[in-house]
Amino acid sequence: MEIKQTRSNLIMNTATMAYRNLLKTVHNPDRFMDVIIQPVMFMMLFGYLFGGAIAGGVKAYLPTIVPGILIQTMLSAATGSGAQIREDLDSGVFDRFKSLPMAHIAPLAGQLFADSLRLLIATITSLTTGYLMGWRPDVGFQWIIVIALLAIFMGWAISWVFALFGLLAKSATMVQSISMMGMMMLSFLSNAFIPIHTLPKFMQVLANLNPITFVITAIRQILANGAWTSESLIVLAFGIGIVVVFAPLTVWAYNHNN
Amino acid sequence: MNQDYAVQVTHLTKKFKDKVAVDDVSFNIYRGEVFGLLGPNGAGKTTTLRMMTTLLKATSGHVTIFGHDVAKESSAARAMFGLTGQYASVDEDISARENLMIFSRLNGLSRAEAKQRTTELLTEFSLLESADKTISDFSGGMRRRLDLAVSLITRPALIFLDEPTTGLDPRTRTQMWETIRKLVAEGSTIVLTTQYLDEADELADRIAVIDHGKLVKIGTPASLKEQVSQSKLSLSVADSNQVTEAKDIVTTHLKSATLIDQTTILAPFDDSNRLTDILMDLRAKQISVSHLSVQEPTLDDVFLNLTAPTHN
Repeated sequence: MEIKQTRSNLIMNTATMAYRNLLKTVHNPDRFMDVIIQPVMFMMLFGYLFGGAIAGGVKAYLPTIVPGILIQTMLSAATGSGAQIREDLDSGVFDRFKSLPMAHIAPLAGQLFADSLRLLIATITSLTTGYLMGWRPDVGFQWIIVIALLAIFMGWAISWVFALFGLLAKSATMVQSISMMGMMMLSFLSNAFIPIHTLPKFMQVLANLNPITFVITAIRQILANGAWTSESLIVLAFGIGIVVVFAPLTVWAYNHNN
Repeated sequence: MNQDYAVQVTHLTKKFKDKVAVDDVSFNIYRGEVFGLLGPNGAGKTTTLRMMTTLLKATSGHVTIFGHDVAKESSAARAMFGLTGQYASVDEDISARENLMIFSRLNGLSRAEAKQRTTELLTEFSLLESADKTISDFSGGMRRRLDLAVSLITRPALIFLDEPTTGLDPRTRTQMWETIRKLVAEGSTIVLTTQYLDEADELADRIAVIDHGKLVKIGTPASLKEQVSQSKLSLSVADSNQVTEAKDIVTTHLKSATLIDQTTILAPFDDSNRLTDILMDLRAKQISVSHLSVQEPTLDDVFLNLTAPTHN
């Protein structure tokens, strides 16, 4: 059999790489455990623990905490991409990818596309848990879809940042521990769980500057008004900006990683 | 460009910060030959190989693969070779079949072609029975076989093997050698790195000895052995009181002899006919021999001789 090599096809290669990552997940379903357990755990823990203290009841607290937990879960799912990439680099399999005549962005893009499945599962789990605890948004279902897509897109955009970090970091353990700290800081120092005005002044400044606050605010506004707001547009643009900046940086780091 | 060369390496140098890992190395590899890069750990073999396979940028110097410069035409160069890394670079979490399918697709084969090639390679490398097991359940030997199979998907004319048998048990190692010989018989050019002399001796047509990043020697295993040493006669006497006497006899016949311990004499041995004379003289003096052996030069001698640690 004579084998003719077709020209490297970015889309096909990325699809194959995404398929590879999905296969890995199918063989190891426990890779999904974090994005399933974490939102359920946090939603119940925070909802029942702090609901009364912060909002006077679980039900009243849910409109605050559902978008908060949703974005926190997106963040933590995004950190997984970085750890996974570091693991692949350490295992030597990326050497093989690099030595193949294919586009260099394909292994990274494939990974991140496959990771959007993780994001989707995390989103569904978060929203479902909220619903089961009594969260009933006033807006139509189509707006739930809109915020889900916005959250997934933002999570996906942020996963490029963690992918870059995964490439630059020394070990998968380091990626995990630093990402964990970053995720905690970003999600707790925001309006995810509490009204910002209750914070001390200097923390208010930080929380108001936190990009996560903007994302959560945008989602809450959509859920409150049933309309696409200018804030959500800014957030979307911000997400696109992250991808535009970090995707080339990540590919550059990948090419120069030796 | 010379048509006879599969690989040309000219003045290749790699510096990591202040450390020179590969220092002005030049050699050519002919089409169809097995070329061994031999050296101790950390000598720069793998760094050289990584530069040859586009995985690492050279600080200076050039590598061409079938005429394609790896720096300027990396895509064209990559299409010409298969690479099997030092660590089995296959996916642990998925099955052998899935690994082969994915890498076939990434190599640009259509789905049908990929399926066919996967079955061919699984059969060829006796992996058909374990095709659907995940790699984490594989033995070291099976992993290497799969790894090699993956590098052969496109039937590359040039195959790079980075320490193909490191960490394998002797049996699996012999199997791996068989597989490599089969590839050679099919006309592939093979570049392999190894720290095992017997492996280089068994497989390579030509060997480049690398130490401290420098190319120390290049040649056929036979010519390297010739350069370094000749056969040696090792003789031990039963009674240590007679060792000086015995040494004198050996010296008369073989020109020189050294005492290496209380009872053992070592002498350069280039004429096998002298052995009878020595033994007859020893018998005449009633010296009894407890041990006698003729040591052929090994590549180990070459290796130790050429890669002696620098005294500085």
